Amino acid sequence: MRRWIGFVVAAALIAWFIHNAAMNLEARGLTLGFEFLTQPANFAIGDTAWLRFTPEDTMGRAILVGLTNTARVAFLGCLLAIAVGFVVGISRLSTNPTLTGLTRGYVEILRSTPLLLLLLWLSALLHGLPSADHALTPLPGVFLSDRGLFLPSLTLHGLELPRHTRFDFTGGIALSPELAALLIALVLHQSAHISEVVRGAILAVSRGQTEAAHALGLSRFQALRLVIIPQALRAMVPLLAQNCVSLIKNSSLAVAIGFPDVVSVLNTIGNQTGHNVETMLIMVAVYLGASLSVAYVLGRYNARITA
Amino acid sequence: MRRLWLLAFLIGCANGSPAPGGGSTLKTVRARGTVKCGITPGTGFATPDDAGQWHGFDVDFCRAVAVALFNDPSKAVFLPYTQQQRFSGILSGEVDILANGTTITSSRALQRPFHFGPIYLYDGQGFLVPRASKVTKATGLDGATVCVQQGTTTELNLADFARKNGITFRPVVIEDMRGAVAALAAGRCDALTQDFAGLATTRSMLQHPGDYVVLPDFISKEPIAPVVRAGDDQWFEIVNWVFRAPVEAEELGLTQANVAQGLTSADPEVRRFLGVDLGATTGDGLDPKWTYNVIAKIGNYADIFDRDLGPKTSLGMDRGANKLWTAGGLLYSPPFR
Repeated sequence: MRRWIGFVVAAALIAWFIHNAAMNLEARGLTLGFEFLTQPANFAIGDTAWLRFTPEDTMGRAILVGLTNTARVAFLGCLLAIAVGFVVGISRLSTNPTLTGLTRGYVEILRSTPLLLLLLWLSALLHGLPSADHALTPLPGVFLSDRGLFLPSLTLHGLELPRHTRFDFTGGIALSPELAALLIALVLHQSAHISEVVRGAILAVSRGQTEAAHALGLSRFQALRLVIIPQALRAMVPLLAQNCVSLIKNSSLAVAIGFPDVVSVLNTIGNQTGHNVETMLIMVAVYLGASLSVAYVLGRYNARITA
Repeated sequence: MRRLWLLAFLIGCANGSPAPGGGSTLKTVRARGTVKCGITPGTGFATPDDAGQWHGFDVDFCRAVAVALFNDPSKAVFLPYTQQQRFSGILSGEVDILANGTTITSSRALQRPFHFGPIYLYDGQGFLVPRASKVTKATGLDGATVCVQQGTTTELNLADFARKNGITFRPVVIEDMRGAVAALAAGRCDALTQDFAGLATTRSMLQHPGDYVVLPDFISKEPIAPVVRAGDDQWFEIVNWVFRAPVEAEELGLTQANVAQGLTSADPEVRRFLGVDLGATTGDGLDPKWTYNVIAKIGNYADIFDRDLGPKTSLGMDRGANKLWTAGGLLYSPPFR
């Protein structure tokens, strides 16, 4: 019975919110519709991963390009943040005072730095790289400049080397400074949080487990890998999922430094077409979808390890 | 039961919010005692001084509305927006006028619930490049990385220009103009694109303005006009005529310095314009002497332009197309009669 009251109240609230939004839109002379998605975008996107995009393409495709950019950051960011977080978290439990001091500094400084500040700072730092004319070439075919990192790529016709043009490089694999700044900032920020999750989960495993492992003749590393971490994972996984979701949501700060993530592209479209409510709905759907899928994947993993 | 009360409370709260589209803006403004203007900070157009007072070209036009209604330029309140947020500001009723360098376009006018007032600045889009790059014309930027602010017609013009000329640009789209300027200064971009007036502002913001040049090419038309919400004709007309008054004053030879003499003029046009002979400037909610007050407290178009953008300012802009029609420019006010 009580469940039903809750359900009815929730449904009534949602229905009322929709009604209220519709009334207010009408009062302001705005209409909802998604036809604009099939219109030509008429703007260019600077960083397009593997999807090709020209201004003649549709707004829908522009959003898709933004989505792949967000997905790129989310996937690489989560993997790297978890990897770095594990190393830092475990190092902080070491008996070496230099290592614990270093990792403690890492965590405390990064956790208390606003992410936007870190992002703007890293972006400025990467802009300080030499210009394309004076690009660093640590290896043949590898160019590092304020235009980004350019690497040779493997194509059907063999190895493609980046070529220097009047202003820039073309060909090969490109990693723009905006993507690099965003990725590094997200990984630094989130790994500091994740390391604390890792440390906490390991500390939560009974001390007796370590002693028992040592009594069996396992080394410190073996004890950690075979006994402690598998038990700690149970406590860790839900929080890791939470951190990944935060990272994905934080990636929308990209617009501050000029990386065309899905929010940046949707903002441009909303502003050019006036369909701000629709673009906002798409944004909600994108982040809800991303969060729910991360929660689902890690939830499945969690079920497997706790079973 | 308690939950139902909560629900009722929430509904009550949310329904209390005003519906700005339908109501009378003039009534709201009168009741509030101030005019709210949406602006976008930028040297020459809208900048706060050390006392927190706003100055600039857009600011002066907004203050003119405050003078017309309250005979007091300090009755204008300024809300800064990025180009990205501006339309939400006007549509939600947060501001009464948007005067932040918005370009009139057919799609905005036809598809969105707001109106454009008179054009108060004729501008066009151009490029700012480092002198050292030796680029002399816009088509010489083929393959270049171009910094651009988000949410403006600039983004679209850039893509159009590239398509038309068969060249490519790599845009770096940044939400805040300062971010775009910093990226140009750091060498991340080979060029920065925005309206010419804005380029003058941007150039003056750079540490070594002399190291940058504005390319001569105009790649678009950018007629700048104030924006008001649709559905309030009375407010729309007040804004229209207040924005026209400085132009008409310049044509009649009335300046901030000599407008007092105009009150005793024998010229029928001057007498009508200044409200000495009643009829031409009377309107709901307006003092018949509002035109006199605007010119005396804010100035005519030349006064405003010279003070905020002209050769004596750090921007050093030329009147260009913003001269009176009688002097070969485009400024032309319908008659005040």
